[in-house]
Amino acid sequence: MISYDVQERILTVSLFGEIDHHTSAGIRSEIDGLVRKYSPLCLILDFAGVDFCDSSGIAVVLGRYRLMQSLGGEVELIRLPRNIRHIFDMADLRRLVKIE
Amino acid sequence: MKELNRMTLIFDGRSVNESFARVTAAAFLAQLDPTLQEIAEIKTVVSEAVTNAIVHGYGDKPGPVSMKVQIFAEGKIRITVRDKGRGIEDIPKAMTPCFTTGNEDRAGMGFSIMQGFSDKIRVRSLPGKGTTVVMEKYVGGREAVSRG
Repeated sequence: MISYDVQERILTVSLFGEIDHHTSAGIRSEIDGLVRKYSPLCLILDFAGVDFCDSSGIAVVLGRYRLMQSLGGEVELIRLPRNIRHIFDMADLRRLVKIE
Repeated sequence: MKELNRMTLIFDGRSVNESFARVTAAAFLAQLDPTLQEIAEIKTVVSEAVTNAIVHGYGDKPGPVSMKVQIFAEGKIRITVRDKGRGIEDIPKAMTPCFTTGNEDRAGMGFSIMQGFSDKIRVRSLPGKGTTVVMEKYVGGREAVSRG
């Protein structure tokens, strides 16, 4: 499940619940639909409402990074719970996206 | 080391069961009074192993996945996830960070996370016969605390 907010070409998507292989396909297509609709310069993903995330979440971020890069924009991750931050650090996502 | 308790679960290799498997493992291990961090790590390694069995073991032809969880003395746990799917040709390559045979929804980080969140991991696989992943970890008790 997601909710979103758009202001001055900054698209903030809040993620909720669990991100795994089962749920990630829906999350990816929802975010991509919003990106195509609003053509933001910056996509902010808010993880505060995420209860669980495995490596499928890394793929969600990587894919959105590639999409935003192809559109000349960037991705920022905010409010990461400690465990998710740990997983994203293992994948060295900081090399590609800004992590608050 | 003496086994104190165990459970075994067998379920279809369908993605909807990923959540079921990790929640069940965490519920069984609640008797060890794990920290929230340990619960998150256990759920994550189970999710990675079960997802591998579903995505890489069986693909679009779901077969049975079994998960055995054992509790030993001093808070040692062992989680064994087994499938009877395609198997892995080259285990070291499959365990290389960012390597994946999956599509763009996979990051190739599953084994790295399993290694990072468990104290010991062993992978046995035979092409055409299936894959078994065994992970060990110390939870709760003195051992885990003294190890920081």
